[in-house]
Order: sequence, then structure tokens, then C-alpha cells
Amino acid sequence: MTSATVTRGAATGTAAKARRRRLSPARILLNVFLTATALAWLFPVLWAVYNSFRDYDYTSEHGYVSLGGFTLQNYLHAWEQGEFARHFLNSLYITVPAVLITLFIASCVAFVVARFSFRFNLVLLGVFTAANLLPQQALLIPLFRLYREVPLPLWMSDSGQLLDSFWGLILINTAFQTGFCTFVLSNYMKALPHEMFEAARVDGAGVPTQFFRITLPLCRPALAALATLQVTWIYNEFYWATVLMQSGDKFPITSSLTNLRGQFFTDYNLLSAGSVVIAIPVLIIFFVLQKQFVAGLTLGSTKG
Amino acid sequence: MSDLPTVPVAQAKAPTRRRRRRVQASGTDRIFLALMVIIPTALVVGLVWLPAIATVVLSFASWTGIGSLDTIKWIGTQNYVDVFTIYPPFKPALTHNVIWLVFLFVVPTCLGIFLAVLLDRELRATRFYQTAFFLPVVLSLALIGFIWQLIYSRDQGLLNAVLNTEIDWYGDSRWNLWAVLVAAGWKHAGYIMLLYLAGLKGVDPSLREAAAVDGASPVRTFFSVVLPVMKPINIIIIVVTVIEALRAFDIVWVINKGTNGLELISTLVTANVVGEASRIGFGSALATIMLVISLVFITIFLSTVMRGERR
Repeated sequence: MTSATVTRGAATGTAAKARRRRLSPARILLNVFLTATALAWLFPVLWAVYNSFRDYDYTSEHGYVSLGGFTLQNYLHAWEQGEFARHFLNSLYITVPAVLITLFIASCVAFVVARFSFRFNLVLLGVFTAANLLPQQALLIPLFRLYREVPLPLWMSDSGQLLDSFWGLILINTAFQTGFCTFVLSNYMKALPHEMFEAARVDGAGVPTQFFRITLPLCRPALAALATLQVTWIYNEFYWATVLMQSGDKFPITSSLTNLRGQFFTDYNLLSAGSVVIAIPVLIIFFVLQKQFVAGLTLGSTKG
Repeated sequence: MSDLPTVPVAQAKAPTRRRRRRVQASGTDRIFLALMVIIPTALVVGLVWLPAIATVVLSFASWTGIGSLDTIKWIGTQNYVDVFTIYPPFKPALTHNVIWLVFLFVVPTCLGIFLAVLLDRELRATRFYQTAFFLPVVLSLALIGFIWQLIYSRDQGLLNAVLNTEIDWYGDSRWNLWAVLVAAGWKHAGYIMLLYLAGLKGVDPSLREAAAVDGASPVRTFFSVVLPVMKPINIIIIVVTVIEALRAFDIVWVINKGTNGLELISTLVTANVVGEASRIGFGSALATIMLVISLVFITIFLSTVMRGERR
């Protein structure tokens, strides 16, 4: 059956014939419809990529629906004008620690929920999962005030407070995303063979050993899937950075879009190039780690 | 409820096993276990749940947000009365959120389900199709707002060039909500397609074969056989769509900060707090309305998921 999906000739093969005996007009129609829809779906991205390589003077003279005027200049300009190097670095400072901490503490809770019988484990899971689905605006006001009240030493944050600091964003992203990861990981851990833990316990392994030496290594596939997903989500996170950051030079790349708008919306070739550059990290994930991403998403079948 | 959901254990055995385990947990193990739960719980409760509760409390107050907590005046439900009576942007915002929700359901959600059903068969290019529909899912909505500007712009946009019109699709309040919805739906459809396709893969093929043997048409099979079996996924998709519609923010903020035809409850809350005149109590009342709506659906969601857990 896999061969049938690879080569056209296999359609006449016996195994394939049974499944595929109806290469009827309906089936052709279906393929035509899907191809057309798929191309329409890709179009906005392709359009941005296409125009990002074109010269402003050329397109303003000939219009965008034209061919020619190819250049790489837009990328250079977008990179400089948007201060992309700095904003990418900011995204990195926020995303990497947030993902690592999220996965670690989610594993902790999931381990307890999955392995030990607490009367509260459904409640606990509920508290964590629901937190992930609340609208951010519902927490904004007290959180904003709280962040202003919490002092940080200047070596940690040059604003001297949690507001307008990377720490604040790492914390809130972690708090928000832990629920989803806990939910997925606890399901995953419940499916691990229980005998292994019994054996470890008989051998005198304490809880730390069971957690670090047995559970975490076994969860590697789930952790990989979740890491992929979380990197994408936290990289794409817009709201918290918009409201909890105040100095423009500390914005991560996604939130810096609001400021870039004024500079880019006059020159659409620049806008295209900028959009493509910002999309590159997630597009890499999309093409290289697609399987992980989909696995993470469908393991939980949740998340807004 | 058994603590061993994956290993079928005889009923009589479970209690003894549980008791034995309690005894076995040593002192250090207990401390370790406690820390494993307490630290994450403190983080989530402290940064998510306590602020959520504080929002509800503050919605009964009048406060500028400046100065100490003593300057808070308690004014009962006045903020809610104001929201509904003397705050002009509220009605359009609510309307836009409802339109957002209905649109997401009618167009991208249904389209996503339809595409998933079409893709859930042996097609040669199924991987290409899936990849195409899935692509926008990894992009942030803020970036999607940028990318679609190339299509929607008045002077240089593709849409006007094709239609030979001169409409500012993002700026004209007659059109901009719909323009934004198309862009947001572009992502949503792919997301729903993915979730639904995963669900469809789990449907027992013999069900469908049986329906085919009985002479049911594909349409009939879908509505009478597949859709009922998919009930948990259907509920998840409904909840995801509602939450998405309620949370919508990024794309309109990046376009014009939620003004001029793009007002949403989320942008009103944000503008009331971050903007010049911060009205804490009033913003909190708006936020509480969002919170209540979302909690209804979160409860539905959790009870669906937890019921699945128990099984």
C-alpha cells in the first residue's frame, strides 16, 4: 500500500487494485479540488516570498502583478531597519529558558499525577489545564500591577522590576504553557509499563531515581514533540510581550511587529522580506520537525 | 478511580497495593514528591489563578492603578452597568467577537473538517495537501496580519489589482473585519483539519465498511456513523474555536490596535489598562466578562477530557 502511494504504476498492482479500483471521475475531481485548494492555501506565503526578492522601484513602476526586478536588497534593509539581530536574540532569551522550565516542571507534576495516587490528581490536572485556556486579558490587570511591584536587582533587569524584564516574560509563558504539557505528559506517563517501576522500587530506587533515570528517558518522544510545539508557540507569543515589555529594544521578534509596522507598511517589498525573515525559524520547524509538531498537537488535541 | 489506568489489575488487589505504596514512600521521597507538585502549582496559581480572581474582585472597584491599595473605592456593580450603558465601544466589540465566533464556525471550522474527511483516504498526494493546509498553523497571527497586508493594501495590494477596486481592506470599517477574518480563518482551518484528521485516523474502519455494505452513501456514512463516534473530538473542536474567537487579539492589534471597525473585547481590556487613562475597575469588569464566558467552555472541555481519562 505504501508503494501505491509512491509510484503511479503500482495502481495496477493487485494489492492496490482492491483499494484503488475506483480511479473514477469523482476521484479525479477530488484531486483537482484538493490541488487547487492547496495551491490557494500556499499562495499568500509564496506571494510574500516572491515579492521579497523584488526591487521597490521596479514594482512601483510595473505593479506587483509583473515579472522581473529581482534583488536581494530587501533582506539587507529589512534586517538592518528592523534591528532583527537584536529582536531575534531577545526571542532566544525568552524562548529557550521558558521551554526548558516548562517541560521540566510539567514533567514533575505529570509524574506525580501519573504515578502516585493522590486524591487530588484530577483537580490538579484541572487547575493546570484550565490555566492554559484562560484568555490572557483576564489576568492582565492584576498581573501588570504585580509585575510593577516585584523588584529585581539591576543585574537581572535594568528596569529594576519584573515589568519590562525577560524574567517576567519567561515566568508568565511558563505558567501559561505548563498546563498543556502536564496534560500531555501525564497521559504519556500513564501508558508507560508499570512493571518497570515496580522492579525499580524493589531494587530500592527512590523517587528521584524513578523520575530522572526511568521516567524522563522513556518520555523522550513526548518531550521532543512538546519541545517543538512550545518553541513555536512561545516564539509566536505576542500578547505578553506587548503588554509586559516597555522598552522597544527588549521586544522579542513577534511583538516587535507592532513597531515595525510604521517602517514597513510604506514599502511592501521590505514588508515581504521582513515577514519571510520572521517566519524562517518556524518554517524550519515546519519542514524539518513537522512530524514532532503534529505529534505534539494531536497528543493533546487541545490548545487555542 | 484506579491509580493504575494502563495495567488492568484485579479489583481486590488495588487497595492493598495502594496502601503498601504509601508505607514505602520514605521521608526524602515524600519531600521530593511534595516539591514536585508545590513549586509548579505555586507558579500557576500565583501567576494565573490569583490574578484571575483579583480581576473579578477589582471589577467592583474604582481605581486608577496609581498609588497604594487604600485608594481603591468600592462601587459595587457600577462598572458593569457602565459597560452596558455608557461605553460606546462595547457593543461593537461584543458584536465583532460574536461575528468572529460564528465566522470561525461556519467557514474555517467546517472547511477544516471537510478537508480532513477528504484527506482521510488513500490519496497519492495526501502529504502535499496536508503540508499546504498546515503551513499557516505555525505562523503567528501577528505575522499573518503582515503577510496579508500585501494582498489587502489599497495602493499596491493584489486584491485591488485583481478586482480593479480601490478599497483599503484593512482600513475601511465596512470591510476590515471580514478581511481580517479571512486571514485568521486561513490559519484556523489548517489547525482544525489537523485535529480532525488525527481523530478520523482513530475511527474503526470496519464501522465505515459496514455502512458501505449496507449501501450508505459517503455523505450519509459521515453524518450517521463517523460524526457520532467522533463526539469527543467534536467537543474539543467546538471549545478550541470558542476560545480562539474570545482570545482573538494579535492580528487586530498589529493592524490598528483594535480600533475603527476592529474593536474586540480583548483589545478594549488592554487599551483600558495599558493606555493613557488606565481605568482598572472598568477594564476588570470587561475582563471578568471574558473570564466568565471562557470558564463555561473550559468546564465543558475539562469534563469531556476527564471523562476520557477515567475510561
